[in-house]
Amino acid sequence: MSASGHERASRHVTGDALYVHDLAVRDPATLHAWPVQSVHAHARVTAIDGGDALRMPGVRALLTARDVPGAKTIGPVRHDEPLFPDEVCYHGQPVAWVLADGESQARAAAARVRVAYEVLPAVLSIQAAIAADSFLTEPQAIVAGDPDAALGAASHRLAGELHVGGQEHFYLEMQCAWVHRDATGGFVVHSSTQHPAETQATVAHVLDVPAHRVVCESLRMGGAFGGKESQANLFAAIAALGCHVTGRPVVVRLDRRRDMTITGKRHPFFARYEVGFDGDGRLQALVVELCSDGGYSLDLSNAILGRALFHIDNCYRVPHLRVRGRVARTHLPSNTAMRGFGGPQAMVVVEEVVDRVARTLGLPPEVVRQRNFYRPGDRTHYGQQVRDAERIDRIWRELLATSDYASRRAAIDAWNTAHPHAKRGLAITPVKFGISFTTTALNQAGALVLVYRDGSVQVNHGGTEMGQGLHSKVLAIAVRTLGVAPQQVRMMPTRTDKVPNTSATAASSGSDLNGEAVRRACDELRGRLLPVAAAMLGCADDEVGITDGVVRGGGRELPFAEVVERAYQQRSPLFATGYYATPGIHFDAAAGRGEPFRYFAWGAAVAEVEVDGFTGAHRLRAVDILHDVGDSLAPAIDRGQIEGGFLQGMGWLTCEQVVFGADGALRSRGASTYKLPGVGECPPRFVVNMLSRATEPGAVFGSKAVGEPPLMLAIAVREALRDAVAAFGGGGPVALACPSVPETVFWAIQAVRRAPAATAAAADDQRPRSCR
Amino acid sequence: MTVPTDPPRGVSRRSFLKGSAIAGIATTGLTAAAAAPREAQSFGPGEHEISLSVNGTARKLTVETRTTLLDALRNRLDLTGAKQICDRGSCGGCTVLLDGQPVNSCLLLALDAVGHAVTTVESLGTGDTPHPLVQSFVACDALQCGYCTPGMVMSSLACLQQRGQPTREQMRRDLSGNLCRCGTYGRIFAAIERTAQGGGK
Repeated sequence: MSASGHERASRHVTGDALYVHDLAVRDPATLHAWPVQSVHAHARVTAIDGGDALRMPGVRALLTARDVPGAKTIGPVRHDEPLFPDEVCYHGQPVAWVLADGESQARAAAARVRVAYEVLPAVLSIQAAIAADSFLTEPQAIVAGDPDAALGAASHRLAGELHVGGQEHFYLEMQCAWVHRDATGGFVVHSSTQHPAETQATVAHVLDVPAHRVVCESLRMGGAFGGKESQANLFAAIAALGCHVTGRPVVVRLDRRRDMTITGKRHPFFARYEVGFDGDGRLQALVVELCSDGGYSLDLSNAILGRALFHIDNCYRVPHLRVRGRVARTHLPSNTAMRGFGGPQAMVVVEEVVDRVARTLGLPPEVVRQRNFYRPGDRTHYGQQVRDAERIDRIWRELLATSDYASRRAAIDAWNTAHPHAKRGLAITPVKFGISFTTTALNQAGALVLVYRDGSVQVNHGGTEMGQGLHSKVLAIAVRTLGVAPQQVRMMPTRTDKVPNTSATAASSGSDLNGEAVRRACDELRGRLLPVAAAMLGCADDEVGITDGVVRGGGRELPFAEVVERAYQQRSPLFATGYYATPGIHFDAAAGRGEPFRYFAWGAAVAEVEVDGFTGAHRLRAVDILHDVGDSLAPAIDRGQIEGGFLQGMGWLTCEQVVFGADGALRSRGASTYKLPGVGECPPRFVVNMLSRATEPGAVFGSKAVGEPPLMLAIAVREALRDAVAAFGGGGPVALACPSVPETVFWAIQAVRRAPAATAAAADDQRPRSCR
Repeated sequence: MTVPTDPPRGVSRRSFLKGSAIAGIATTGLTAAAAAPREAQSFGPGEHEISLSVNGTARKLTVETRTTLLDALRNRLDLTGAKQICDRGSCGGCTVLLDGQPVNSCLLLALDAVGHAVTTVESLGTGDTPHPLVQSFVACDALQCGYCTPGMVMSSLACLQQRGQPTREQMRRDLSGNLCRCGTYGRIFAAIERTAQGGGK
């Protein structure tokens, strides 16, 4: 293992690291499940005829609602997702499931199940949902100051709207669950889930058994990105039901097309805004209305909208602000958590607003951004003090200097003058991201650490490993706290029979919560071992040091295992639990006030792009990032999260496009029709630095969460594209659709080319009197 | 029915498809495959007992005509390193080497691999004696979730074997068929470079 790289990396590289499907295919008794999917976006199911399918070779069962002993609907917040719907609510929704000896047999049989439908009208866009008054939630709002009066008093006003696109998770490992019975009649659920406790609870509800009859294990995931926070539950429930009905192990493993058509994505948002500002670009009032597309069921949409409301300020102080939002209900797959959880969509909106303010005034966007930053002592629109507010200004200045921003700006302007058919753009954007689950109760975690008499250690905690390196970070915490060598510690698969009632590994909180719980358990064990060691070494407790498996004190040293054995002989317990609940956080949703976050993660990115004027095709030339991870627990892993989060955000904003047809069927349903960032999209220059002097006193060993915040650094690419598009015109604001795929960039270029010269004249004036 | 271990030849739709599949993946020509004379044979659906040369060992297994090499490796031989990710040759997660050339094993029938040397990620050493490329992937932390890793490793191996000291541009070309959703591309380049420079040996 490298000093701070991924635990078990060598097993991955030799193919030895097993995922759920790899386990399932090794058991020949396993039955394979395949869904029968709806061919309408909205319809009543009037009949299901599985006669032909059941006569096909290898077919063992057709699962329908009649087979369910317990709850027939599931859902993480509201139980509004029927396992076997009478009324299908999106194109591709599973209606029934076929079980067969082989996957190809199940697949062939599923195609022979005849389903009769009575087609109903479908709502397929946010706009259509608004028109039809189709919503999943009541409105949420946060208000600071008197935005209406401040808008009226502002010397400058702008209004606009923006549609922000969704994003397919495209975790490379599709949704997968494998369920078998154990020797005592319990159900063992191997699930690719970020939330084993909820998967366990869902299976128990569906089978109508107590939770203690179900053990859920999440060994590792081949990526998740939020897509397996709630949406793994359906597939585990179907596998468990199949196991209950047939008595055989059952695996549900979707192929890419089924995964993409059945599961939800990042929420698209529609935003309307009005902003008031002064002649220097200082924001005075902002009113934003957000409407997200929740899809057919609630899932986590309300909390996702909530995080959007919290992040509409990004790094900017807006004294009078009202943000209001609501979740639309459409006949599309139920949209769900994805890295950033609503924060990115809101931040794209406010960056659009700030850029438009700057370009309207003819000011450099980076100047207007910096001018509006929070200052020490400021509070957010929900009343939380912005601790470390000076940090964004420090990051900004350092990054402008290290990226050589000013001279690159001048070089790009010169290059653009010389190239009429291609333009380069440059932008810098900031990130402030609140860390904690905004549902306060979720901010708790548990751990169970076992020390054996040979000095080896098992570490259990409630967090799941999806590639983010949580187990590596927790391993580092255990090693540091207990003083053992890394090879003495075994990170155990996440199981609900080791730590119960855990929260999802989500909200970037995995290492903050589980790491601190493990640290506390290890600290307790260390506290029990120190007096034993001190007696053995003939020194005082506080003179004992334990590092790398060696116990030192009084000028002597002992192997860790000898101290452990002595503690055993003295009848000292060699296991401990650890528990952590984030202190000091609270939020009153009705008042829209509170301190929902433990701290903020900060960062900024500079992006440089080149855009082709004939096609809108674009290329990312260079990226410079300065990001705040506190005192890094594992620098290689944190750097990987920054790089990977940035690329995923760049994909969302510049090449990935979720496309549904007029019939509500997903058109972008594979790697060939949904463009993911590949090697070709990696910028040739990609400089990532972590902020120095950034110790976070509120988290384990001074570290900070890093999973989500870097995704929003990629907004710099969108703003750089806008900057390049602007260079094709004469100045002034630039409308740019989101995502900014080549086609939309092309149309943006066409629009600025056609823009009246008056816009350019106004921009040259620097201070237009009126902007509306 | 049983087929000989040598692949069948003749003018049939299947062998035409087979031929074009091999041509599609081979850039330097597969002389080993063309060396032995073979008699024409056609066969329909059903099960076939075949022998595959996998990681230097002859492995007997039963497959259907339609069984892909990927499914044969995963479901019949317990070689689950190669992953099914996109199922249509768009992601490279199922990459194995066929006579040293990287192929998408999801696009190749198991029957078409008969008579060719199949190399999977499992061949790259275990525990004590990992391949230098394995060591470089670990040293460069060139993975996150690890699901693309087996395919990335095999494409990287082919890149190294064919180019010796590949440039970044050559790496970009050779790895352009492999997707990583975690965004670790830069580290994979670093791992290839480290191996080319003798790291991990």
